[in-house]
Amino acid sequence: MSVPADPPPRGPGQAAAARAVAEAHRGQWAFVLAATVRVTRDLDLAEECVQDAYTKALVAWASTGIPARPGAWLTTTARNRAVDVIRRDAFFRTALPLLADDDETVTGPADGEDIPDERLRLIFTCCHPALAPQDRVALTLRLVCGLTTAETARAFLVAETAMAARITRAKKKITAARIPYRIPDSGDLPERIDAVLTVVDLLFTTGHVAPEGPALLRTELIARAAGLARMLGELLPGDAEVAGLRALVLLTDARRPARLDAEGAPVLLADQDRGRWDRAAIAEGLLLVRRALRRRPPGPFALRAAIAAVHAEAPTWEATDWPEIVGLYDLLLRRRPTPVAALNRAVAVGFAHGPAAGLAALSDLAEEPRLAGYPYASVARGEFLHRLGRRAAAGSAYRQALQHTSNAVERDFLLTRIAALDAEQPC
Amino acid sequence: MARYLLLIHDNEADYEAADDAARRALDEAHAAFDREHKDAIVASEHLQQTSTATVVREDGAGGHLVTDGPYAETKEALGGYYVIDVSDLDAALAVAKRLPFFGGTGEAAVEVRPLH
Repeated sequence: MSVPADPPPRGPGQAAAARAVAEAHRGQWAFVLAATVRVTRDLDLAEECVQDAYTKALVAWASTGIPARPGAWLTTTARNRAVDVIRRDAFFRTALPLLADDDETVTGPADGEDIPDERLRLIFTCCHPALAPQDRVALTLRLVCGLTTAETARAFLVAETAMAARITRAKKKITAARIPYRIPDSGDLPERIDAVLTVVDLLFTTGHVAPEGPALLRTELIARAAGLARMLGELLPGDAEVAGLRALVLLTDARRPARLDAEGAPVLLADQDRGRWDRAAIAEGLLLVRRALRRRPPGPFALRAAIAAVHAEAPTWEATDWPEIVGLYDLLLRRRPTPVAALNRAVAVGFAHGPAAGLAALSDLAEEPRLAGYPYASVARGEFLHRLGRRAAAGSAYRQALQHTSNAVERDFLLTRIAALDAEQPC
Repeated sequence: MARYLLLIHDNEADYEAADDAARRALDEAHAAFDREHKDAIVASEHLQQTSTATVVREDGAGGHLVTDGPYAETKEALGGYYVIDVSDLDAALAVAKRLPFFGGTGEAAVEVRPLH
């Protein structure tokens, strides 16, 4: 008995279409959504229409072929759908609060030729300082990166229902408080760009040192943060602080291949095999640092990138230019005093001028309440005490750090340090 | 257009301890602010001291309890308000940033609340 063969597909086939849709999801989501919001002036409706356009693309692209400009195809499809819904629900929609936009109304789909890039509007709205910082992060992942609510919840290790409630509340604030869907005026722009960069930085840092959970790194968050940094570089090419953030992300993430050993335990910067650092990322980061530092005075992201650059350029831990790092932290603390920067400066002082000086710098921060639950302050104290030969005090500092970290990999690391101290303890 | 309530919280003790010249300077600054934003301002009032406030609350048994003092006892007290009508939150925040504060001690704050 012969099995009848399937008719040959007319288009590129389902697998190729699915690949193209997935790629367009990664690369074009923000563009498509941002342009659709201009028509709907309603984030939820725009999301529905964009989701619908991606679903339609799966079928359409399999049979008629992948369009030359997938983003334009998806935008036109989503906007067409939006126009239909708006026409159908015109009566109900008069009662809905709409997003505050410019006076000019965008009514219909563009002809697919030149759809303006509205991504900055979307980004500035999601990262508005009137929203709570964690809400900005959640909205950015959901709306700019196109993650589902479940994926966003997973990225932050919270329950999906909690994440859904957070996103709903944040969207409600956007309409109720009339957070505008607009690029801020030039006077507000530096401050508002800083708010956007802070969101990306928070995402990156959360991925780079996962504060809890089984893994030290959450690579999907690092990838999202790097993607957002690249997108901002494309959208705000002349901004020095955007260049600084991109450099910071590149230079910090360049160490990733050397940060964990074969067993997945963290390797300190001092002990990392620098041969495994990503040299291409470092080269790109160093170029961007130079651009970021051209602005006078340099901004906080440029300074942090410059610190990362000093590490990246040092051939060994011992050869690191610690006085330069201390100087950069001094500048950073003048621009943006934060307890974490103060702690890092104290650590750098310890390497520039010896463990006793480091310990003294750390003790200046002992009263800082915002460092009270921060494990790295205790880890640094433990290090300096250990190097001064004060093993018992070092052990108790490590044990204190242990109380403040719920990251499994870091806990193992600290337990190993404590065990090593106990082993060398002379009786 | 959208209406916002700007609630001005500042340090009452500083204001009470101030001399006439300093108070006059603040009044003049507010008058200048009013002129600058006359198209946006719907209403505004300067509140009397919190020591003059009275609170009426539910007593949980269907009646009321009348007590002295403001609703919340804090160092920063509600000292005045503006209702403004502007295009969106960014415009409201721009107006709020222009509000004159007493003393400039870095302790004053404006809460910007959208109205229905």
